[in-house]
Amino acid sequence: MTRERIVVMVAVSILPLLAAGCGGGGAPKSQQTVTTSGQNVASVAVNSGPTGNYVNGVFTSVTVCVPSTSTCQTIPDMLVDTGSTGLRVLSSVLTISLTQQNGSGGGPIAECLPFLDGFTWGPVQTADIKIGAESASSVPIQVIGTAIPVATGCTNMGLTSLDSLQALGANGILGVGLFAQDCGGACAMTGSSNPGLYYECPGSGCKVAAESLTQQVQNPVAMFASDNNGVIVELPTLSAPAASVSGSLVFGIGTQSNNSLNAATVYTTDNLGNFTTTFKGQSYSNSFIDSGSNGNFFLDSGTTGIPGCTTDTGFYCPTTTQNLTATNQGANSASGTVKFSVANAESLFSNANDFVFNNVGGPGSGGFDWGLPFFFGQNVFIGIEGKSTPGGTGPFWAY
Amino acid sequence: MKERASRPTAGVIRRLPVFVFLLLMIAVPGDLFAALGGDPGSVQADQAHLQASARSIRKEAYTVQELHAPTGTVVREFVSPGGSVFGVAWEGPWPPDMHQLLGAYFDQFARAMQSASGSRIGRRPVHIELPGLVMEVAGHARSFTGRAYVPQMLPQGMSAGEIR
Repeated sequence: MTRERIVVMVAVSILPLLAAGCGGGGAPKSQQTVTTSGQNVASVAVNSGPTGNYVNGVFTSVTVCVPSTSTCQTIPDMLVDTGSTGLRVLSSVLTISLTQQNGSGGGPIAECLPFLDGFTWGPVQTADIKIGAESASSVPIQVIGTAIPVATGCTNMGLTSLDSLQALGANGILGVGLFAQDCGGACAMTGSSNPGLYYECPGSGCKVAAESLTQQVQNPVAMFASDNNGVIVELPTLSAPAASVSGSLVFGIGTQSNNSLNAATVYTTDNLGNFTTTFKGQSYSNSFIDSGSNGNFFLDSGTTGIPGCTTDTGFYCPTTTQNLTATNQGANSASGTVKFSVANAESLFSNANDFVFNNVGGPGSGGFDWGLPFFFGQNVFIGIEGKSTPGGTGPFWAY
Repeated sequence: MKERASRPTAGVIRRLPVFVFLLLMIAVPGDLFAALGGDPGSVQADQAHLQASARSIRKEAYTVQELHAPTGTVVREFVSPGGSVFGVAWEGPWPPDMHQLLGAYFDQFARAMQSASGSRIGRRPVHIELPGLVMEVAGHARSFTGRAYVPQMLPQGMSAGEIR
């Protein structure tokens, strides 16, 4: 491919000789530094979250303001999610009144955004946003709550409403994923190709609305005045289960002295935000990296031979810790091996003080979901779609 | 451990769906489709509801009815020789209307979702195993996959892994 890429690949092939110990996701890599200073750095913590029982949740603080005013609120315990796009805040924690977005008919716009185990429902409102020292103006966000009755199309997905602190396990979600908007072009269309995430909700009831790209809930990072082409999630190597771990969310890629790609390999994604993971000779093209998934989730017990847990269903419970290897390959053909471990989740969870683990895993249909364990000990870059970086144009991951 | 792509046949594969699609637009009557547990006579609603085009794939022990919705979602319904839908698999940017696809099993799924077990919480894929229903949802925003099946209804000798 490009000359730059060849140089990077040569550099990467030499670097394993210098590599320090590997973290949970640990392919051979350069020595990791967690940046803690710089105007483009927000501190994050992996801990049990505001409900005290969250496993592998990475949280930060976000300040939201009524647009063009100094009426602001800083909200802690926002889940940092590289698997979704957009800021979502529980209405129950919001103490200021943001600006409601209305549709063409004058009714308020609300959104239904599906996550894996539930959906967020609530009005689209506009806020100025500050994270660390970075800021963005007039950003469409979602306020999660049921002041507007949930649209039938949303409940028909059968998922749980994540409309309370107890259900969400966070005060909100900071989606800093690969995309600039949460939905994209499909939600801007009229007719049957619109997936029906956005609704206009006059008193008479909600109807699916065509929502333009700029009206959709936005990736706040992409709207920053600078350092807006991506983020880096930086978490240290984890040598043992822990109660809490500190790290950084760094804004921008190659825009400051503290956010260069260095020896990281760029893996571009397809237009759905996936790359290919090969495991035991089988390739899975629906694979992805997601800080918002709280373990490494892949395949099923029938395929992996790893038994599932009986109490903590949805996790694997092997009798002995499994040390496994897989290969990730980007749409740009860059590839690299990943070493990862899966321990018995119920044994790990039996210590009531531990909430941070680099070796929890579970079944996940379709492919590999490299969750938070993948992030420990290696800086993971998320390049936003359409944004240029020294490593190429997003969407991509680099690590 | 490098790439294992099926490049040589890519051209054929790319053309094939168009051909099969055109053929089946003529060949497959809409009323073959049913929600999970349903019979072919019961529903043509899934296809109509999804406003989907369709094709049919016959295997030894079952038939797969594949629906392509204009939203990009693909639904595969697995039908036994006796005409019962014993499994549903889907992939697409967002989850489909599960109320429609799961039919009589929807309430069971929704109840299980409400009462997830375990002492710890956190976002993760859905994996529900009830005596009469297995249900999975995985993926991320803009790329979801999922499947549901009734283990007791699987044709003899068929592996659940084939429901994809």
